[in-house]
Amino acid sequence: MSALDFTSSPINQSLTAEKKIGLYTLMVRIRDFEMAALKSYNAGKLGGFLHVYIGQESVAAGTLSLCGENDHNITAYRCHAHALASGMAMDECMAELYGKSTGCSKGKGGSMHFFAPDKNFWGGHGIVAGQTPLGLGLGYGLKYLNKEGCCLCFLGDGAVNQGAFHESLNIASLFGIPVVYVIENNGYSMGTSQKRSSAYTGCLAQRAEAYDIEWDVIDGSDIYEVRAKTHIAMERARKEHKPTVLEIDTYRYYGHSVADSKHKGGYRTPEEIQEYKDNHDPISVYRRRLAAEGVLNDELVASITRDSKAEAAAAVKFAEDSPAPSISDIAADVYWETDNNTDASKIGHHFFA
Amino acid sequence: MRTLTYREALREGLDEELARDPNVVIMGEEVAQYNGAYKVTEGLWQKWGDKRIVDTPISEAGFIGMGIGASMLGVRPVMELMFWSFHSVAFDQLVNNAACVRYMSGGLCHCPIVVRGPANGGTNVGATHSHIPEGLFAAFPGLKVCAPATPADAKGLIKAAIRDNDPVYFMENTLLYGMTGEVPDPADGDFVIPLGKADLKREGSDISLIAHGRSVIHCLEAAETLKNEHGISAEVLDLRSIRPLDVDAILASVAKTHRVVLVDESKPFGGVSAMVSHLIQEHAFDELDAPIKRVCTIDAPAIYSPHVENDQLPNPKRIVEKVLSMK
Repeated sequence: MSALDFTSSPINQSLTAEKKIGLYTLMVRIRDFEMAALKSYNAGKLGGFLHVYIGQESVAAGTLSLCGENDHNITAYRCHAHALASGMAMDECMAELYGKSTGCSKGKGGSMHFFAPDKNFWGGHGIVAGQTPLGLGLGYGLKYLNKEGCCLCFLGDGAVNQGAFHESLNIASLFGIPVVYVIENNGYSMGTSQKRSSAYTGCLAQRAEAYDIEWDVIDGSDIYEVRAKTHIAMERARKEHKPTVLEIDTYRYYGHSVADSKHKGGYRTPEEIQEYKDNHDPISVYRRRLAAEGVLNDELVASITRDSKAEAAAAVKFAEDSPAPSISDIAADVYWETDNNTDASKIGHHFFA
Repeated sequence: MRTLTYREALREGLDEELARDPNVVIMGEEVAQYNGAYKVTEGLWQKWGDKRIVDTPISEAGFIGMGIGASMLGVRPVMELMFWSFHSVAFDQLVNNAACVRYMSGGLCHCPIVVRGPANGGTNVGATHSHIPEGLFAAFPGLKVCAPATPADAKGLIKAAIRDNDPVYFMENTLLYGMTGEVPDPADGDFVIPLGKADLKREGSDISLIAHGRSVIHCLEAAETLKNEHGISAEVLDLRSIRPLDVDAILASVAKTHRVVLVDESKPFGGVSAMVSHLIQEHAFDELDAPIKRVCTIDAPAIYSPHVENDQLPNPKRIVEKVLSMK
């Protein structure tokens, strides 16, 4: 826990009891969704990768709770939390994991590629730091279209060493783009620790100084701190068209992906994982805090948990009962023009056998 | 009819689209205050200002990714690569993001961008600056590719590319920028050439020369030589658009002449002419009186030496020799 208390920050003081319970509920739902997904994965029902967010819930829940009508967000492949925090339903997300046609991407994206443009959520991107120029572009677009908003562009601590991120930082500062880069620092770029992967002074976010960009470091286990500091960065983006780099210290309990067998006892110790669970778990920390505030009691916690688990179980059933895409669906959603059967789509061959 | 250079025709197309749609924005290295490395955008910054004509740092992944992101919100960026050869430093953006974002989102996102610039050999700039990637990018479903050979086609196609709601990769040629040709007057109406429509640049009856980009110009010169010196009537089909591809026009020409030489500035392995060759053998095998032949760039990285670079590339002499070898 941070020595500072961010409860009194105006952005947190404005939280009603209902909204606080909403934040807590969201974190619980994110975790239960992913626990259910892990269970399905381990039962052999899902394909590909599954990068779970468990342990990091306060980051997506806290930052995205600050978003208004003209605020957008985009992230990398560990995207389930951002999807749910953007307002997507468990059903469409779970169905996507199952590769079903009822999935948010009709089963064409998978775990790493959730999207909901109608909720200002732009994915879900599989290549490390590949989304960072896109986030820049969302900010550029907002400014170009004269909309007062910003883009929250999330990336992992492993992404800070990609060239595309540095190109984006330079342009963000040079052009005055309303983008907030949020480094979700869980300490490991897959199996390589921060110390073994990055050269830096102080912290990763401090690299922003080289681009004349404001930066800050946040204790991710404290959702009030996440909200208070991210709010400042978002206001700077919206009102002054200035970018910020935030580094939120957090932790994942599971591997980089389900295919990471060395995460426990390999590149990190079981004791390290347990220490975070015992003392920094964002859901537990917030539950204790809300209990102390008199907002949550045991009965309410039990009912939130019950509802959340039921929702996740229902999403699994929805996904399992949903139809798979057909072979004829494979070649749809490739071109806008052919999907919309426009005049242009009728000229020349777009597809080849 | 009035004549314009290829460069002027492109500029006129860009200018008209900037006027038509306030969401069209041109961005790239040196496109604004410097007036464009090859002067395609000359004068546009003075006319349209900082918002519409944007100089970017030398950060191809950064600014092309930025354009893709902005396009998802409804901006319509037209991004200049000083050379298409520089695609390699933006490849993740060009392929993973632009080509796949629509698909991976189940059709929820779209990406109405144009990336344009020269893609050619023949200027003695060595292998790093002489890549010809139209076949490479046409191999990715989700992308569209065109390569105009004449000023009129350059103007008509750039306008169609900007209006298209999918990513269009537009390949020009530094050796064509100064070439002149007839271009319809804007006073006579909006001049747009749809993607996916080939153009029969010269009619003939003995053999089909099928090409795109500057190779079309070589084919026209070769066809003249074949007629005057060898009595061979060669037809020249300009593909103009690589994807979508006018397969019907290709097959119609083959059905007429029964002999084909494909001329392609790419390397022989894979690429546009390899695909066209496949389509002809699959759909018009019985029409062929001889095996399909190709004139491609000699299979090595682009040589610098001004003494031999033109011999590495398709040229009229090589095309004539290839046709005569089929007798």
